[in-house]
Amino acid sequence: MKTSQKVAGAAANYVDERTGAAKWLKKNLTKVFPDHWSFMLGEICLYSFIILLLTGTFLTFWFDPSQREVVYHGSYLPLSGIHMSAAYDSTLHLSFDVRGGLLMRQIHHWAALIFMSAIVAHLFRVFFTGAYRKPREFNWLIGVGLLTFGIVEGFLGYSLPDDLLSGTGIRIAEAILQAIPVVGSYLAFFAFGGPFPGTAFIPRIFIVHVLLLPGLFLALITIHLMLVWYQKHTQYPGPGRTEKNVVGYPLMPVYMAKAGGFFFVVFGVTAFLGAVASINPIWLYGPYTPGQISAGSQPDWYMGWLDGLVRAAPPLETHAFGHTISWNILIPGLIIPGILFTGMALYPFIESWISGDKREHHLLDRPRNAPNRTALGVTAITFILISLLNGGNDIIATHFHLTINGIMWFTRIGLFTIPPIAFVITKRICLSLQRADRDLVLHGRETGRLVMMPNGEMLEVHEPISDAQKWTLTQHQTPGALPAPLPASATVGIKGKIRARLNRANAVQIPAPTLSDLKELGEAHH
Amino acid sequence: MSNQIERFQDPGLPEHVHRNADVDPRAAKRAEQQIAILFLLSAVGTILTIVSYIYIKSTTFFYLPVMGRTNLQQLLLGIGLTAATLFIGLGAIQWAKKLMPDEEVIAERHEFRSEEVDREELVETFKERAGASGIGRRSLIKRSLGLSLGLVGLSPLVLLRDTGPLPGKFLNTTNWAAGTRLLRDPDGQPILASDIEVGAVTQVLPELSAGMERTLENTGKDAVLLLRLRPEDFNLDPERLSWTHEGIIAFSKICTHMGCAVALYEQQTHHLLCPCHQSTFDVTRGAKVIFGPAARPLPQLAITVNADGYLIAKQPFTLPIGPSFWERNSSNG
Repeated sequence: MKTSQKVAGAAANYVDERTGAAKWLKKNLTKVFPDHWSFMLGEICLYSFIILLLTGTFLTFWFDPSQREVVYHGSYLPLSGIHMSAAYDSTLHLSFDVRGGLLMRQIHHWAALIFMSAIVAHLFRVFFTGAYRKPREFNWLIGVGLLTFGIVEGFLGYSLPDDLLSGTGIRIAEAILQAIPVVGSYLAFFAFGGPFPGTAFIPRIFIVHVLLLPGLFLALITIHLMLVWYQKHTQYPGPGRTEKNVVGYPLMPVYMAKAGGFFFVVFGVTAFLGAVASINPIWLYGPYTPGQISAGSQPDWYMGWLDGLVRAAPPLETHAFGHTISWNILIPGLIIPGILFTGMALYPFIESWISGDKREHHLLDRPRNAPNRTALGVTAITFILISLLNGGNDIIATHFHLTINGIMWFTRIGLFTIPPIAFVITKRICLSLQRADRDLVLHGRETGRLVMMPNGEMLEVHEPISDAQKWTLTQHQTPGALPAPLPASATVGIKGKIRARLNRANAVQIPAPTLSDLKELGEAHH
Repeated sequence: MSNQIERFQDPGLPEHVHRNADVDPRAAKRAEQQIAILFLLSAVGTILTIVSYIYIKSTTFFYLPVMGRTNLQQLLLGIGLTAATLFIGLGAIQWAKKLMPDEEVIAERHEFRSEEVDREELVETFKERAGASGIGRRSLIKRSLGLSLGLVGLSPLVLLRDTGPLPGKFLNTTNWAAGTRLLRDPDGQPILASDIEVGAVTQVLPELSAGMERTLENTGKDAVLLLRLRPEDFNLDPERLSWTHEGIIAFSKICTHMGCAVALYEQQTHHLLCPCHQSTFDVTRGAKVIFGPAARPLPQLAITVNADGYLIAKQPFTLPIGPSFWERNSSNG
C-alpha cells in the first residue's frame, strides 16, 4: 500500500470510530441524481449565495456602516471636500483605493442579481413541472420564504452605500412604513431611530443584511437541501423512469465533478461580469440628501415590479375623522404583494384540494399536460412583467419616445386585462400541444417525403416515432386517476360547488392516445 | 375488438451507447489532455491575478471601446479571477462528461409514510408520555403556562420601544415661520425678489434660528422650491394668489406621495414632476396633481418680502408637508 493510501485509511478510520459515518457515507456517496439542465437553476441559487458570502465578507473589512458625517478626501476628485456619511465615504474608498475593492463590489452586486434571477427561474421550473406536489410542499414553502427574504436582503444591500439613489429608495420604504394605518408613524420613528433619515438606519440594516438574514438563509437552504437529499430528486418522465425509482448518475464521482465544477463556472461568469460590466457606480450619484434626487431613479429588477405597481396606483386617499389612509401606497405596496405571496405559498394545497389528489409525485409534469396550472403561471408572469415594465416607464419613455402618461395608462388597463388574456391563450396552446402529441403518436412524424400514388394522388410519408418517444408522450394519464373523482360529500355548499367547478375545469384534457387507438386507426386504414 | 384499453408500454431504459473515449484509448488520452489544459489555464489566471495585484498601479486608466474609461488593475484582477475559477469548472465538467462513467443508474424510492404499526406506536407513545407529564389532568398548570407563554413575547417588543422617540409633532411641523427668510441652497444666501428671473427654479431652505443645525432631517421637511412665472400665468384663488409675490411662488419640494424630492420642472408647461413615481403637479393651479399616484397637491408656502426686499415666509405651512401618515389631519386639505 502506498503511504498516501495508508494516511487516508487511518484518517477515515479515525473519523468513523468517532461518528460511525462509514455506513451513511457508503450509501450516500453513490446516491443517484437525475440529469436535466433545468435542475441547475437551483444550483445557481446556492452557488451565487456562496459567492455573496465570500465577496460580502471581503466588503465588510472596509465598509463603515455609519451615518456619521465626514468630509471626503479620497482619490475620486470630483467629490473632494463634499460632506457625506461614513458609509458613502467608505464605499468610495472601497471602490477607488482598495485593490480589487471595486471588483468585489461589482461581483457582489452581480451575484445578487443572479441569485434573485436564479431563485425566480427555479421557482417557475418547480411550478410549471408540478415539482411542489406531495411530498415536497415543505420545500415549496421554504422556497417562497427564501424568495421573500431575498428581495428584502437585496434591497437592504443596495441601500447600504447611502448614495443619492439608494437613499431615495430608503425614503420610499419609510413612506410605506409611515402609511400603515394606526401604527405607521410610530413604526417609522422606531425603525429610523427618529425622523428620517437619522443616523440609526444604516447601522441597523447593516446587521440585518450581514448577520440576521444570511443566518436565516443558511438555515433555510440547509433544510431545503436536506429535504431534496432525503426525498430524492424528482425526474422528468421517460422510458425507464417511474414514480418508484430515480434514474441518473451517482454523486461520486459524476455529480461531485459536475456540481463542483458548476460552482466554479458560476463564480467565473460572475467574476467576468464584475470585471467588465459596471454596476451601481455610486460615485456618479453623490451622497444622499433628502432635498435632491437624480432623474430616472430605478430600483433593482426584483423590486422594480413593486415600484411599477406603486407608479400605476391611482391617487386614492381616505381622509376621515382627522386621519389619513393612503390607498395609493397600501394597495400596491403591501396588499397586492401580500396576496401574491400568500397565494403562491398556498398554491400546492389549493391545487391538491381542487383535484383531491393526495398521492406522492416524483415524476414531473410536462407543462402542457397541466394546462390550468401552466396558464396560471403565465398569468402571474404577465402581471409581474407589466408591473416591471411600468417600474421603468421613465426610462422606456425616453428611450422609445413614448409619453409616460401613455405607458402608465397602458399599465393601469393592462394589469387587469392582459393577464386573463394570457391565461386563455396559454391554456389553448397547452391543449393544442396535447393534440400535436396525440397526432405524433398516432400518425407519426412528417418526413417531408412526397409519394405519388398510381392514381396520381400525392401523399406525404409519415414515419412512426420510437417506442421511447411514444411512452414519453403518453405516460402522463392513467385514465380516471387524475383529476381524482371528488367524493359527493366534497361538492356540497358554496365551497364544495367552487371545488367541483375548478375540478371540472382541470379535467379538460385531450385524451392521451393509447395502443388501442393506434390499432383501431391501423384497422381503419386497411 | 376487446373493450380493454391497451396503453403504450414503458420500453425501459434505452441501451447505453459508448462514447468515443470509452472505446478508443487515443480519444481518452486526448480528453485527458484537454482537461489538463483547462486546469492549467486556471493556474495562469491565478498568476495573472497575483501579478496584476502587485505590479499594476491602481491609478492606471485607459480607454476601451464599449466599456469606456477603465481601471486597468481592476479589469485584470477580474479577468484573472474569471480564468482562475471558470477553467477549474470547465475542466471538472469536461472530466465528468468525457471520462467518468456515463451509464445511467437506477435507484429505488421508498414511500415516506411510515408503517401503520409505527404510526400507531407513535400515537400511543405520545399519549403515554403526555399523560406522564400530567398536562391533561392538571388544568391549573396548563392554563398558567398558556398565559405565561402568551405573554413572554411581549418583553422583546417592549424592549424595542427605545429604538426611537415618538413622532410627536415632528411630521406636522417644519422650520418655516412667519418672517423666516428664504435662503438659497446650497450657498445659504438670502434672496432678493429681483434676483429671481421669470422661468427660474431655485431650491431654498429656511433661515434657522441661532444654534439650530441644518440636519438632513430638517432638510427632509424644510426643502422648498421657489419658481417665478408671469403673474398672468397663475390660475389661483385670491387667497393663494396673495401667497405669491410678483409671480414668485413657493412649494414644498417633498412629494406628497412618498417623500421624494420633486425636482423636475418643465418650464414650458409649468409642470413639476417627481422622478420616483411620476406624480405631476401643475404650478399654475397651486401644484394640483394632474397625473400619477400622488393624492394631494404640494403644500404652498405663503411668501412676501421684508423691508430690505428679501423674500420671507408670510406664515408657516398651513398643512403638513410630505407623504401621508395616520395622524395627518386632512380636514382642511
